[in-house]
Amino acid sequence: MNILIVGGGKVVYFLCRTFLSKGYKVTVINRDQDECTWLARRLKVTVVYGDGSDSQILEEAGADAADAVLAVTPNDQDNLEICQLADLRFRVQRTLALVNDPDNEEVFRQLGITAAFSTTRILSSLIEQRAGFEEITNLIPASEGKVNITEVVLKETSPVVGQPLIDIALPENSLVASILREGQAIIPRGTTVLQDGDHLIVISLPENLGQVLKALTGNMK
Amino acid sequence: MSPNQKLFIVIVGCGRLGSYLANRLSSEGHSIVIVDINESAFDALSAEYSGFRVEGDATELAVLKQAKIDKADLVIAATREDNINLMVAQVAKKLFRVPRVMARVFETKREKIYRDFGIETICPTLIAGDVLLESLMKLSVITEKGGRQ
Repeated sequence: MNILIVGGGKVVYFLCRTFLSKGYKVTVINRDQDECTWLARRLKVTVVYGDGSDSQILEEAGADAADAVLAVTPNDQDNLEICQLADLRFRVQRTLALVNDPDNEEVFRQLGITAAFSTTRILSSLIEQRAGFEEITNLIPASEGKVNITEVVLKETSPVVGQPLIDIALPENSLVASILREGQAIIPRGTTVLQDGDHLIVISLPENLGQVLKALTGNMK
Repeated sequence: MSPNQKLFIVIVGCGRLGSYLANRLSSEGHSIVIVDINESAFDALSAEYSGFRVEGDATELAVLKQAKIDKADLVIAATREDNINLMVAQVAKKLFRVPRVMARVFETKREKIYRDFGIETICPTLIAGDVLLESLMKLSVITEKGGRQ
């Protein structure tokens, strides 16, 4: 696979190393001359010095033969133009961009970029997953992050233990889809009473996940 | 744009071009919102400017929403960075369905590519270049042989 990366810093260095170890052919475009020299000395990558949103530079870097273009500069606008040029001028199959503003994930997708990743969103989702709630054992963003599937373990301190589902004030746009109880999967009804130790599979929108967790665990985090 | 029609116009970038347009269009009675990342840029607005100012980064969606870009009849992207202008223009056109969107682009190569994508671009480099060449041509007609006499 032929990968073209536009950007700089440690991220690009380690991305290159990862891709090289998988046997991919990597080209980097960077607008800092010293960094270009540094990269070229350390790694077996082709380095092109220049502005990656300039179609001439992309051509020099062999964009027309790239299978994927990865735009990881610190500026959303530059990453957008790089990916659009790669897509529309050079017919690159896959264009991936890093975005700062999480809202730009959706913006970029609508403007034809294959995938946009927001570091902010990834980190905050990791924190929700690991740090905040010990009751959460799993969190999967589905449909490009539009829906979350979360596994929550009920402790005896939970305010919903001993209550039927129908009496629980879950926020809108959320659903307890399944309960795992003593190794058995249950598809709950309104009359199903929740018990200590139940694993709930909850489907919700990302924006009200916090409220859902609060309702189920009683935690304020 | 008919002379009596009053428009709601969002201008992104309050530099020389942005502030000039904002002052002129505001004095003609249009409703203007001007966006710039630096508050001090708004110093270029005249005392008569009666529109709104939004301080923020136009590549941030929330800033464009704050500028009410969804209600705009016209968006002009006139920051000093081509890529910002192109991004703002596309967001305005494709996401917010603004009827008319214009972007200033300095780089001549980029200008052509984006015109092909359907973004209305204005390239000062080309405009100035063409005017200069045209006046040179006139000059060479006057001096007949075109060289110094």
